[in-house]
Amino acid sequence: MTEQASLRSPLGKAIGLGSAKEGVVHWWRQRLSAVALVPLALWFVASLIAHLGGDRAGLVAWLHAPVPAILMILLVGTVFYHTVLGVQVVIEDYVHHEAAKLTALIVLRLACFLLAVAGIFAVLRLAFGA
Amino acid sequence: MAEFTLPANSKVAPGKTFPAPAGAKRVRRFKIYRWDPEAGGNPRLDTYEVDRDACGPMVLDALIKIKNETDTTLTFRRSCREGICGSCAMNIDGTNTLACLKAIDDIPGEVRIYPLPHMPVIKDLVPDLTHIYAQYRSIKPWLQRESPQPPDREQAQSVAEREKLDGLWECILCFCCSTACPSYWWNADRYLGPAILLQAYRWIADSRDENTGERLDQLEDPFRLYRCHTIMNCTRTCPKGLNPAKAIAEIKKLIVMRR
Repeated sequence: MTEQASLRSPLGKAIGLGSAKEGVVHWWRQRLSAVALVPLALWFVASLIAHLGGDRAGLVAWLHAPVPAILMILLVGTVFYHTVLGVQVVIEDYVHHEAAKLTALIVLRLACFLLAVAGIFAVLRLAFGA
Repeated sequence: MAEFTLPANSKVAPGKTFPAPAGAKRVRRFKIYRWDPEAGGNPRLDTYEVDRDACGPMVLDALIKIKNETDTTLTFRRSCREGICGSCAMNIDGTNTLACLKAIDDIPGEVRIYPLPHMPVIKDLVPDLTHIYAQYRSIKPWLQRESPQPPDREQAQSVAEREKLDGLWECILCFCCSTACPSYWWNADRYLGPAILLQAYRWIADSRDENTGERLDQLEDPFRLYRCHTIMNCTRTCPKGLNPAKAIAEIKKLIVMRR
């Protein structure tokens, strides 16, 4: 053995840096967004089925109405918010290299934010476009 | 990182075979994990044949018989042999349980016995519980009060208040649950695990304790508490039939309620 084993007490190791005194917001919002996604996803699938066989113009006309456009924006936003919260947990579970973990968490947040903005922009363009 | 294969020095090699005595009619084969820190090298799986007609009904009876009559070097923890001390917790037939409560005849085929999963092994079936005991110490598992104790009597609880401790006080700290939890496997350094969280809730649920807020503060942490993803291995494996997952859910509920 080249490196000396830690002589810190077991209790010291168990306490570590102490409690972060947060986590409930993340946990609660993950559940809230999951609940919100149930009706949104069902509505989305039902709408897709309703437009089966239709053409692009029909879909664009449908998105011109306020309710489908608003629901679609809510769906895109909620999907990527829920993705951030969920994948963050997966990364924290499995990636133990600190630098890799931090990088993955930052890339995750930026990528999901980018995709959410792009998705909402696409909906708006269809909703307000000619 | 999550580990999907064992490290090279933990891969289990085939070991020795100790055949049953001549004339044995009901032979059961026990495959037991062996590792000796003094001998070094990789762990191995030794095979012991036991005459079921000359052995008690439980897996612990077989282990004691093997140690007494076949191989005195076999090392395991045991004490009460009736499911109240928690010493003989080990992985039997793929499930963490107490050797003294697991009937040999309930197991089909060979009886495979390993130490509690994902813990450092001291020797054979004896895991190192230093860290998990320190985690237990860290939740301050004792009554904490500001109000003075009545000088002439005990601190009373109503019947309903006492009933809230049922399903919690029975825990014997065998750690079958924590060592069955994948979240505890990957993040034991920071996640407290089901056994310790059930114990933490045992003091949160105690009507006589006045430190509930501080206890919840100490638990509210992305790793200490929220690594629980309701996998439910804890509740499935508990040899005492307790429900650590429910205790963890109650803690999460209380933390939401006090916001």
